[in-house]
Amino acid sequence: MYNFDVERPGSVADAAAAMGREDAQALGGGQTLIPTLKQRLASPSVLVSLTGVSEMQGVCSTDDGRVAIGGATTHATVAREAASLYPGLAALAGHIGDPAVRNRGTIGGSLANNDPSACYPAAALGSGATIITNSREIAADDYFQGMFTTALEEGEIITEVRFPVPEVSNYQKFVQPASRFALVGVFVAKFADDVRVAVTGASNEGVFRWSEAEAALSSDFSAGALGGLSVSGDNMISDLHGTGEYRAHLVGVMTERAVAAAS
Amino acid sequence: MPKDSGIGASSKRREDVRFLTGAGNYTDDINIHGQAHVFFLRSDIAHGTISSVDTSAAEAMPGVVKIFTGADFEAVGGMPCGWQVTDKHGQPMQEPKHPVLAHGKVRHVGEPIAAVVADTLEQARDAAEAIDVDIAELPAVVDMKAAVANSDNKVHDDLTSNLCYDWGFVEENKAATDEAFSNAAHVTTLELVNNRLVANPMEPRVAVGDYARGTGDHTLYTTSQNPHVIRLLMGAFVLGIPEHKLRVVAPDVGGGFGTKIFHYQEEAFCTFAAKACGRPVKWTSSRSEAFMSDAHGRDHVTKIELALDGDNNFTALRTETFANMGAYLSTFAPSVPTWLHGTLMAGNYKTPLIYVNVKAVFTNTVPVDAYRGAGRPEATFQLERVIDKAARELGVDPIALRRQNFVTEFPYATPVAVEYDTGDYVATMDKLEAMADLSGFEARRKASEAKGKLRGLGVNCYIEACGIAPSNLVGQLGARAGLYESATVRVNATGGLVVMTGSHSHGQGHETAFPQVIADMIGIDESMIEVVHGDTANTPMGMGTYGSRSLAVGGSAMVRATEKIIAKAKKIAGHILEASDADIELKDGTFSVAGTDKSLAWGDVTLAAYVPHNYPLEDLEPGLEETAFYDPSNFTYPAGAYACEVEVDPDTGKVTIEAFTAVDDFGNVVNPMIVTGQVHGGLAQGIGQALLENCAYDENGQLLSASYMDYAMPRADDVPFYQVDHSCQTPCTHNPLGVKGCGEAGAIGSPPSVVNAVVDALQSAGKNVTHIDMPLSPARVWAAMQG
Repeated sequence: MYNFDVERPGSVADAAAAMGREDAQALGGGQTLIPTLKQRLASPSVLVSLTGVSEMQGVCSTDDGRVAIGGATTHATVAREAASLYPGLAALAGHIGDPAVRNRGTIGGSLANNDPSACYPAAALGSGATIITNSREIAADDYFQGMFTTALEEGEIITEVRFPVPEVSNYQKFVQPASRFALVGVFVAKFADDVRVAVTGASNEGVFRWSEAEAALSSDFSAGALGGLSVSGDNMISDLHGTGEYRAHLVGVMTERAVAAAS
Repeated sequence: MPKDSGIGASSKRREDVRFLTGAGNYTDDINIHGQAHVFFLRSDIAHGTISSVDTSAAEAMPGVVKIFTGADFEAVGGMPCGWQVTDKHGQPMQEPKHPVLAHGKVRHVGEPIAAVVADTLEQARDAAEAIDVDIAELPAVVDMKAAVANSDNKVHDDLTSNLCYDWGFVEENKAATDEAFSNAAHVTTLELVNNRLVANPMEPRVAVGDYARGTGDHTLYTTSQNPHVIRLLMGAFVLGIPEHKLRVVAPDVGGGFGTKIFHYQEEAFCTFAAKACGRPVKWTSSRSEAFMSDAHGRDHVTKIELALDGDNNFTALRTETFANMGAYLSTFAPSVPTWLHGTLMAGNYKTPLIYVNVKAVFTNTVPVDAYRGAGRPEATFQLERVIDKAARELGVDPIALRRQNFVTEFPYATPVAVEYDTGDYVATMDKLEAMADLSGFEARRKASEAKGKLRGLGVNCYIEACGIAPSNLVGQLGARAGLYESATVRVNATGGLVVMTGSHSHGQGHETAFPQVIADMIGIDESMIEVVHGDTANTPMGMGTYGSRSLAVGGSAMVRATEKIIAKAKKIAGHILEASDADIELKDGTFSVAGTDKSLAWGDVTLAAYVPHNYPLEDLEPGLEETAFYDPSNFTYPAGAYACEVEVDPDTGKVTIEAFTAVDDFGNVVNPMIVTGQVHGGLAQGIGQALLENCAYDENGQLLSASYMDYAMPRADDVPFYQVDHSCQTPCTHNPLGVKGCGEAGAIGSPPSVVNAVVDALQSAGKNVTHIDMPLSPARVWAAMQG
């Protein structure tokens, strides 16, 4: 680890100001960043810790019926406090990593990092969530721009994420045996007038929506409606743990299981 | 009734109190006043010529004490290899120089090029980044068969090829074996890979070197399974320090699994640098360094053929194996695919003719050496897989085929040079069939089918040779060491005992189990006996712990020393009681004269030994301390039968283990609870190899599974609740305790049963799958199911 300064702002305004320092890096729960620093693979001059920003903490319902989650809220808190508001999301949060990860890692940190195998991007994209930053609101469809790439500008902080609550939803994760990140994870959300299907872990482009499945499920929300549909393995991740072809196959299996389990 | 103390009692592990309450003393806990820290700059290139290593900028960095490169070790010996294998032409193996720091060439990712000693680890690391290394990259030698076929691209330029040796065993059997194959009614052939593994003990390796300028004494604290072996190898062959000026201490060690047997460069470096820098020098491996510097395990590519006659009797067995040595010969690497592998190819079966060929190959990868089981898992896996395949080809029950070919009469001399002293393979299989409820399997398969899962049953046997080993025999086989063990038993004046043993405990529970033996011999409480190990300064020369040898060999030395103690104590008692020592009996800690009511307590005699007022001083020295060295006359041969039931998810290829039953014959058992724990641990590692663990390199020699993000270790939810039994006991006939050893059995016996079970599950669903290489990851199983 190289030397760096640490700032612990107490407000979004102070955090934004601290992010204006040269080579500043926002720090959520540090579940990716700290190991990266320990490996000396990054050398920020200042870490801006967001966990002390109280206005970025917690889960609540908004007046328009959405679920709002502060950007610095841990997975464990989401699993607990969103359980009655948005069970599909809470269940996803409750199966990220292990208890240590869930009690440190934050939703804002996960979405800002946009690891191609992370769970939260599937929930955000699959729900059609809105990513709220210190300067603007970004629709999930515009936010995810490829592996580890997002619409965030330099220094921009995710302060909140707002999730429309679907009628039913489910996330199915098939874990990579070593890391237990998603080898393939599929989030299915059925709203009154449409169905969204978001896939993580599989694509070289990061999280994506499976539009053919969405169309089929929008007219018939049943696992059987997916019969004959498949995604191509051509642009899927191929590594020690599975070929692109295998991942493409799992996308179909996990989507069917998510639809069957959605409640 | 289970016993509550002594041999056969499940005494609680006394060492766990300190381990579980944070009171252990591991090597990383040792910090010496004034110590500096070393950071090793390691190669990120698998194969290349070092053009230059410029340390000038780094030397000017803050806190830097001294920077070392390969040139600093030119006058020092290379890392020694402890076993010389002779090839099938009678020629010694090719043995390359193994430098402490790379010199001339780098030969694997992770090889240390330079070492920076600085006041702090961060300073050392900062300075290491300022070292300018210029390496001209060469094509990496990774694939073993290509490495043998192509001698133009050599790992070691001064060797004639990448072949370390081409070993034939038993060479005299080859023609007869080939003849038997040409006469066979059926031949089953299987090509397979025994996957490369990383041992991953919970505690990474650590070394602290210290040098006393006033006396010229060196001390090395290290994470070792055998401190005396390190002292001899490093002192005599690397640094030229005589044993009396070198102390090696291996305090609490957090798991070894074989990979802490070997003498490593970092140990030699810290010892050397402590003197050169005039300060203690400490190194603690990071987990990332462990992946690319701890010796790896397994990595065999094998073709095995089994010949059967018309009645399904095994008539011959023939194997050809490519064994990866990595870039250099680790301490005992050459012995693993040969004498620890070829000699076990008979398994539990009376196959009359066996020929084993092993080609050991240098590649640009981390050196490969012993890992829990060491050669015996590789032998068991291929043998039990080919038997299973034969049974399926012939349409016979795999258990019946095994039973038909069991060795049933003992002692049994195999065609591969070892003699099993005792065993009862029918009894263990009978026990397995009952415990695992094999007759109920079809009903369980239907229940699995009802929920959309494919259920499979895999059964196998294993035998291993442990309690290693007769020194004169291994000497003939190329070992450059003896394999006896030692114990000094010191009785204190007030009756307590200290056992100073050359065995080393790094999870095995010696501190609990060894006293159980002596407590029974004398008839005193276990708490009166303490075990001291791990320090060359206060234990007799011993060979350490590996190969399931501690109780069988080290325990036997302790028994012999205790017998001497008892014999002398009887003389003292006889003097005091005015009786012949031949008439003295020792029972329940009391000496008595046979046929009389005259008696003395154990403590009265031990006190007399050190306060010899009423004592036969003209005939007997005072004191009560004895040493014994025990050299076994044979290996021990634990054996067993394992059954695994799996469910395969046909949609994803995911395998879950639904049941696992292990029936082992370990001979006599001193502490059943510890033995059960050893089996549990071994099973987890065997299941890890079968389903999860895979150390993989790409074609450039880059390690793909270099962290836990890609190297899958078994976790609690990957393994089932095991059924373990060791009630089938045929005691070893040649050691005083009748024990065989249990440390490796689980890791040896479990991989084939897992793979056999998965193949059974897939074939039950009509899939034409005869083999899948480990690890049976979901992706591999799914791919196999696609045909």
